[in-house]
Amino acid sequence: MTHADTMPKPRRNVELLLLVLALAVSIGANALISIDDQNAFDTDFWFQSSLLAVAALAFHVVLRIRAKYADPVILPLVVALNGLGLAMIHRLDAPGEDTGNNQMRWTLIAMAVAIAVIWLLKDHRILRRFTYISLAVSALLLILPLVPGISAGEILGARVWIRLGPMTFQPGEVAKITLAIFFAGYLSSNRDLIMLAGRKIGPLQFPRFKDMGPMITAWLVSIGVLIFQRDLGSSVLFFGLFIVMIYVATSRISWVVIGLSLILGGGFIASQVFSHVALRIDSWLNAFTEEVFGRSPGGSGQIVEGLFGMASGGLVGTGLGQGRPNLVPFANSDMIIASFGEELGLIGLFAIVMMYLLLFTRGFRAALGTRDAFGKLLACGLSFAVALQCFVVIGGVTRLIPLTGLTTPFLAAGGSSLLANWIIVGLLLMISHTARGPVDTTPMQPGRTPEAQKTPGKPAAAPGNRPGKNATQTLPDAPTEAVKQL
Amino acid sequence: MNQAIRHSWVAAIAMFALIFGALSYVQVVGADELKANAWNKRAILQNYCNDRGAILVAGTAIAESVEGNETCKFQRTYTQPELYAGITGYFSKNYGVTGLERAMDAQLAGSSDQLFLDRIGQLFLGNQPKGASVELTIDPEIQKLAYDLIPDGQRGSIVVTDPKTGNILAMVSKPSYDPNLIATQDAAKEQASYNEIIKVPGINLNPSVSGPTGALLAPGSVFKIVDTAAALGSGKYNADSQLPNPAEMSFPGIQYRLPNYAGGNCYTRNTADFAFALQQSCNTPFASIAEKLGEEAIAGQAAKFGWGQGLGDQLKLDYAESIFPRDLDAAGLAQSAIGQRDVRATPLQIAQMTSAIANGGVQMTPNLIKAVRSPDLRVLEEPKPVPLRTSTTPEIAGQITEWMTSVVSEGIGAGAAVPGVQVAGKTGTAELGTDGLNNSWFTGFAPANDPQVSVTIVMQGVDITTGAQLTSPNAKKIFEAVLNK
Repeated sequence: MTHADTMPKPRRNVELLLLVLALAVSIGANALISIDDQNAFDTDFWFQSSLLAVAALAFHVVLRIRAKYADPVILPLVVALNGLGLAMIHRLDAPGEDTGNNQMRWTLIAMAVAIAVIWLLKDHRILRRFTYISLAVSALLLILPLVPGISAGEILGARVWIRLGPMTFQPGEVAKITLAIFFAGYLSSNRDLIMLAGRKIGPLQFPRFKDMGPMITAWLVSIGVLIFQRDLGSSVLFFGLFIVMIYVATSRISWVVIGLSLILGGGFIASQVFSHVALRIDSWLNAFTEEVFGRSPGGSGQIVEGLFGMASGGLVGTGLGQGRPNLVPFANSDMIIASFGEELGLIGLFAIVMMYLLLFTRGFRAALGTRDAFGKLLACGLSFAVALQCFVVIGGVTRLIPLTGLTTPFLAAGGSSLLANWIIVGLLLMISHTARGPVDTTPMQPGRTPEAQKTPGKPAAAPGNRPGKNATQTLPDAPTEAVKQL
Repeated sequence: MNQAIRHSWVAAIAMFALIFGALSYVQVVGADELKANAWNKRAILQNYCNDRGAILVAGTAIAESVEGNETCKFQRTYTQPELYAGITGYFSKNYGVTGLERAMDAQLAGSSDQLFLDRIGQLFLGNQPKGASVELTIDPEIQKLAYDLIPDGQRGSIVVTDPKTGNILAMVSKPSYDPNLIATQDAAKEQASYNEIIKVPGINLNPSVSGPTGALLAPGSVFKIVDTAAALGSGKYNADSQLPNPAEMSFPGIQYRLPNYAGGNCYTRNTADFAFALQQSCNTPFASIAEKLGEEAIAGQAAKFGWGQGLGDQLKLDYAESIFPRDLDAAGLAQSAIGQRDVRATPLQIAQMTSAIANGGVQMTPNLIKAVRSPDLRVLEEPKPVPLRTSTTPEIAGQITEWMTSVVSEGIGAGAAVPGVQVAGKTGTAELGTDGLNNSWFTGFAPANDPQVSVTIVMQGVDITTGAQLTSPNAKKIFEAVLNK
């Protein structure tokens, strides 16, 4: 990382400009939809538009105060995606349905929580103290939907929901974050041990069996989610998140090999043993056979209708409000990508996917830029999780891979998903703030970090897989060893 | 560590590259295939309420779009619904599109490339899109006559064609239905009607499995025309050949006996020439031909007449291919040679066979479309007669014509005779089981020396007497109606 030698720039004005563009896209989309409506540009429209604008600008102001070096592209990207999702959900609402307003409420709640995270947390490294608490919270969140009384029961074949008063909530979405915090904390503390020990087989260095502990844990969590919650998508997401983080922590491709073989093995056994997995795969491979198309539930009708919608959109789309995305089941949640494909066309969908690409790229950029292993792991894991989630969802909708029940980040209707993804954005913004800011901020209280407690006297590991080769990577990992005091 | 982060980013980018590829495939490369999928309701929903072109018969619309209500500007209606249902098919919101409505959809909906200039014009003038109209070769009087000749409650088909051009003049079947009931915008009514209609046995909702183009029926004795052509074409028989004509035929190793036809005068002779065997529709002479020539020769001749073959691209309607079974034992071959056992033919296939004999051995491509016209009456498409295949030589066709003429003038097809006109014909009675019910056939053409019209009639599940009354005499009425025009 070489931007230590240039003066850091906050770039908040760039953010403001991009934010105005993002709001123009969101509100413009909403306006296009309102035109077809009977009561175009009514008070509802102005109320919602101004709410979104005020919330986005408030977020911007908070960043100016608390994280002025944060990446200026992330917030506008997310506001644009969220706004497009709001417009599409609003457009898909049948008369009397209120999904659009519900999504608006959740957007505001999620942004408020993300602001609170930035405001209260101040520095992402504090999270490292909560490594094992995060693990416990993850376990709790994942078990909650199975607890009688709290569980909302089986909805659409999966048991991933809990009931909170009048609302339902998917705690697994938040578990994605707590698991990432746990992995980042655990791996940043123990990566030397995992890295150095092991035996070499061919070109790959395999870890010792006792270092496989976290890998086995992650695998069991994923399989548990698959078996007990019947949620193939989350299972793949959790395990993918873990593989990437352990790969980044150790730079050992052998972990990826082990991880992929575990997931393929587990997936194969699951497809043989569990009917819900077998059905997913069957309705993917044989989507266009009469029997599978007509089967309900577990048929391919949803995928095929989505494909029909996207095909009718073609290159340029039917135009917002002009298509028939309502023919597709779950048009505003699981299949919202198909709705966008139909009405905005391939060009519009490319733009949306490009926004995701930019978003996770900025996340990886923050991972590269930040100087602590914990932050690197966390940013990298969260960014990869966003990318993987997009891949699983869009791949499923386009019949590239079997369709699973994951949500499209920021676009799809659903409060838990919005909340979790906005928290991820908050964390990425904070990490990018330290990455892009002046090389060091005030040190944390010495002696309080887990690493300092666990490995006394041991020199901090160089944060590179090839120590010594890269001069810019020789910055020490532990925040106690500040280089430059501003 | 940073290197690993970069690698992870590359992995994420690779996943997104796959996504971009998949999206491009679904929305552009493979989009046409998805749009054409029969389950895809978007196409019909898109132009359901548009002003669709009319289907015309002799200048009169049999299917047209009329003013609809507020939600739907135009409503598809069928003016003579039952009479033409087998040809027009229906245009339904929830049950899809069938028949010519489907086959000619691009033209009728106005989305055909031929209508490109019209579309541009509509764009600039702001007019409603309007489709091309399709004019059929059908003669409405003959169509009506043929339809009425099948009694209500009787299952049967009639095909009338011009053997020289392949144009279809009439094509009817019963039971029929009212496509208006399925084309209605009232979804509940549509569903109720559909469920009611599909209960009728033999209903011609899908032209590839029922009706003149789709019903696969045992042809019975009309198949003897194939045997005769095969015999003459083999060189082993000539016009004067004497064929064995025993009362029944036995086969080595099995109990089964193939009996001669009991209805005519077959029993009066022990040997027969072709003329007598065809006139009286004796079975054993043709079984002996098949025995002598072998399966290959009979199957080969059947294929030349169109069994197991396509019907060209001018029919537009879906159809079924007729079947001649293979790998037969001796008894099976003998039974197949008289159009029993597992031999199956559509009424249109039998009409094609007869038309080939009438047209000097050359079978014309069956054609339903007279012209396709743009909204401003410009002719976009006007199919010309196209030979489909050569079934036999002109000499053999002439010889068979002579014998078929004697079937009507001296044999059991006498009911089809028209005073002052030479009619060539062949009857058939395919037993359906042991309950005495048959598929009763007549196929023939007139005048024999200058064929103007070929008529094929089949009545399903009738006893011998009813069958005889409903086939040859009805053919006579159609011959008269066409020739007196």
